Amino acid sequence: MTMPFYVSPEQVMKDRADYARKGIARGRSLVAISATDGIVIVAENPSRTLYKISEIYDRIAFAGVGKYNEFEMLRIAGVRQADVKGYSFAREDVNARALANAYAQTLGQIFTHEMKPYEVEILVAQLGETPDDDELFHILYDGTVMDEEGFTVLGGLSEQVHESLGATYKPPIDRATAVRLGAAALTPADQAPLNAGALEVAYLDRARARRAFQRLKGPELDAVLAG
Amino acid sequence: MNESSLPFFARGMDPGPSFVDVLRRLAPHGVAGSGAPDHGSALIDTVHGTTVVAIRFASGVIMAGDRRATSGMSIASRRIEKVFAADDFSGIGIAGAAGPAVELVKLFQVQLEHYEKIEGEGLSLDGKANQLGGMVRANLPAAMQGLVVVPLFAGYDERRGIGRVFSYDVTGGKYEEADFQTNGSGGVHARNWIKATWRDDMTRDEAIDLALRSLFAAADEDAATGGPDLVRRIFPTVAVIDTDGFTSVSDDEIATRAEALLGGREEGAGL
Repeated sequence: MTMPFYVSPEQVMKDRADYARKGIARGRSLVAISATDGIVIVAENPSRTLYKISEIYDRIAFAGVGKYNEFEMLRIAGVRQADVKGYSFAREDVNARALANAYAQTLGQIFTHEMKPYEVEILVAQLGETPDDDELFHILYDGTVMDEEGFTVLGGLSEQVHESLGATYKPPIDRATAVRLGAAALTPADQAPLNAGALEVAYLDRARARRAFQRLKGPELDAVLAG
Repeated sequence: MNESSLPFFARGMDPGPSFVDVLRRLAPHGVAGSGAPDHGSALIDTVHGTTVVAIRFASGVIMAGDRRATSGMSIASRRIEKVFAADDFSGIGIAGAAGPAVELVKLFQVQLEHYEKIEGEGLSLDGKANQLGGMVRANLPAAMQGLVVVPLFAGYDERRGIGRVFSYDVTGGKYEEADFQTNGSGGVHARNWIKATWRDDMTRDEAIDLALRSLFAAADEDAATGGPDLVRRIFPTVAVIDTDGFTSVSDDEIATRAEALLGGREEGAGL
């Protein structure tokens, strides 16, 4: 009979974290930026149909990077949670903080108890009355939640993107500027700027009364990128 | 539902894009029809909404409803609304027991939005109409006890470029109407009025006037349908559904049109 080797809990956690990070690093990055007329989310995503950014509720958007099937599962669970809550109580009772907590709990549980951790980072963004009231929750594969101000970067090359965006983001900026800043930040230093075909862009529109989530694509996106 | 845990379902148990099924698993008391009494009939007077109409015109469809709700022989409300947006391109009009009807509308609205979010694409107009049929069918036990809810559904079919009207019976049967349909206690009177004057090429404005007139005709014959209330300035609610989506016609426009219609007939003889 063979005895299992002893592995320290520190080592187990480190191995899991490395595994998740490697998975996420293989994927592309995504940025969310708070602008005067809404929250803009820009992702590098050549697919026209497999979205990384989507609507959760009236003023709440979801975005994920890493393994598609895993963040898609989280997205659907979030939509269900939000819709049931809004139906049972009132639409205004659905908020990003509770949702971010639920995501953090779920990811934390999976990280410690399941065979393999989820290889995802997700964003829960809630539009406020003004940019100061916007909420950007950045949640990591192990359930760590970060409440970010102004902008946040998810995914593989997040450090470079964060640095580049940090240097150019000077609020207040409008939505179109935010889209261009996001696209520029996602472009690797030595490459031609990303065009509309390589980007997925969506925003939460501060001017809309109820469902604020909108996609920006095709010729409209081209026009914004051309500035 | 526990707020800190997300709803995940075992393989084979996933409710898919159906909000009703999600609700049934997570908050069963919220499902319409689940609280229906098992026996006995509804002897209590509940609030009833009355007349709604849907009329197809050249580039879309009009929905309108009177504003009266009754409870037995009393007027329960003079300002109830019976026409609601189901989503951006469809509307639902209700007649019958107001409580379950409003609940049905709320559930239907969430279902359409839920489907769109889960699937990433909205339902077709036929898909929406079938969904509503299923919900009416789910209300059958309550209907047998007297809480009858039969909606009128109309929308702009973006794929075909026309307005379409659907009616239902209490068992959830769905019937597509060619041009117009009415519902509720004054519905038969409104329908006769529309039938006499409807044309295939009506403009938006002509269709709105026809809808208002048909409701006034219904109010003239049916005690449970509210007529134009010139003292309190309460007029029917009207919505237009066309390429621009669901738009409620402003109170001012309805008031102006209603007054013009009434003024055009000496002492209301034509109504």
